[in-house]
Amino acid sequence: MADKRMTEEQVVAELQSGMTIGIGGWGSRRKPMSLVRAILRSDVTDLTIVSYGGPDVGLLCAARKVKRLVYGFVSLDSIPLEPHFQAARKAGAIEATEWDEGMVQWALYAAAARLPFLPTRAGLGSDVMRVNPDLKTVKSPYGDEELLAVPALHLDAALVHLNVADARGNAAFHGPDLYFDDLFCQAATRAYVSCERIVPTGELGELTRTRIARWMVHGVVESPNGAHFTSCVPDYDRDEAFQKEYVTAAKDPDAWAAFSARFLSGDEASYQQAVKAWREEKRAVSA
Amino acid sequence: MTIATDRSISRAEICAIACAEAWRGDGEILASPMALVPSLGARLARETFEPDLLLSDGEASFVAGPWKLGGRPPATVEAWIPYRSVFDLVWSGRRHVMMGASQLDRFGNQNISCIGPFEKPTNQLLGVRGAPGNTANHATSYWVPRHSPRVFVERVDMVSGVGTDKDGGPFVDIRRVVTDLAVLDLRGPERSMRLVSVHPGVTVEDVQSATGFPLHVDDVVQSRLPTDTELRLMREVLDPKNLRDKEVAPA
Repeated sequence: MADKRMTEEQVVAELQSGMTIGIGGWGSRRKPMSLVRAILRSDVTDLTIVSYGGPDVGLLCAARKVKRLVYGFVSLDSIPLEPHFQAARKAGAIEATEWDEGMVQWALYAAAARLPFLPTRAGLGSDVMRVNPDLKTVKSPYGDEELLAVPALHLDAALVHLNVADARGNAAFHGPDLYFDDLFCQAATRAYVSCERIVPTGELGELTRTRIARWMVHGVVESPNGAHFTSCVPDYDRDEAFQKEYVTAAKDPDAWAAFSARFLSGDEASYQQAVKAWREEKRAVSA
Repeated sequence: MTIATDRSISRAEICAIACAEAWRGDGEILASPMALVPSLGARLARETFEPDLLLSDGEASFVAGPWKLGGRPPATVEAWIPYRSVFDLVWSGRRHVMMGASQLDRFGNQNISCIGPFEKPTNQLLGVRGAPGNTANHATSYWVPRHSPRVFVERVDMVSGVGTDKDGGPFVDIRRVVTDLAVLDLRGPERSMRLVSVHPGVTVEDVQSATGFPLHVDDVVQSRLPTDTELRLMREVLDPKNLRDKEVAPA
């Protein structure tokens, strides 16, 4: 019986520069941040990132890991714009493949179903067609309508964060939305699930919430608070104060250097410790 | 229906009514407002003349009943609407979104993606998000809380929401544009932007000078005033903290 438990470092050791990597979650919600932080510490670079983007994209852009980004949006939800993503775009530092967010779903679904494309109207008539000249349309074989053929977007690896998983890779979301995490896993050659807790299979919870099945999954990482500072409800909400700190730091090179040194220079345990110390400091100041 | 005689009706209240009117006649569809005043408008429409509208709590539930701006959504959940179901609903056409716009042109092309050339923009905004798919699939209206030539431009830098001069397929349906000054639609010549009504205290000239392209102007009326019932609902039930004034400053 396969035991797929791994550490963040072991996951990143299986990634290579130049890969296409999909990241689950949505905006600043349930992002596999401990895996993203592990990529920041590695030599892996030149990545094509596919994401309903949040701080995962921002951090990877800031660390110059991104060659090309496939996205519909990048946002921190409670703070609409992502400063590192904005800076990377304004500098022309990344190849931007900006699609309608429904096209991203279709591209993953096509890859998951091993289809070359899926048709849609989303994108027709918009500048998505102009800035992505590789996109083609297809005529309906049953009528005259011309539709956008969204190409399958195959992922070398998918990274997602769920509330619970078992050691074999079955996983459940306990919050309001699965987002597209199952599609990311199914579109990938190798999918890695980080989670708040690894539990015995019988304790995954409600059947209808166990939406990631082990056949989709290659590795499982137990990473309590691993989605920080994004939300992972009901385990925890977004850390709004820390997100603000992140955004403030991201807007100034010196402040960002200090932020990186304080929070991102060590391993995941030291990140979590640094966040705890930061929170205690804030509490002491406000007391 | 008694028209309110209260002389202290705020500009934001006029705007909320103009937003609510966007959903009149829509029936059992998802109303998706994207900012405070449109949210107030959608909730008001459901509480009054459009009771079958579906509203999301902003997370993943359809919720029943009224709730305050900035308050907790009602506890009564009608159905689960995760993002995947929202996308399904978009494809089905049973939705009417009221989006914002960083830029909007004469034919209702909208930009929320970036300012300047796409390859190296001078400012990066959200990205096109769902705007291309929304406009290609279902009814779309726009909300512009500060009507200015910076928003109403001759040409948008990145067409996110598809306008009437583009081929977005058979379901493009741009209903109305509500701003802090006026209500507009796309029923001018060649489906260009037309001034429908001006809010009390605003002139046609005010609107034209705040718009970076010539508007089609013929029978312009004054925007509808709220009824006493609507005013009471807004002030006592849906927005007792008057957050609407934060989005549209009192004129």
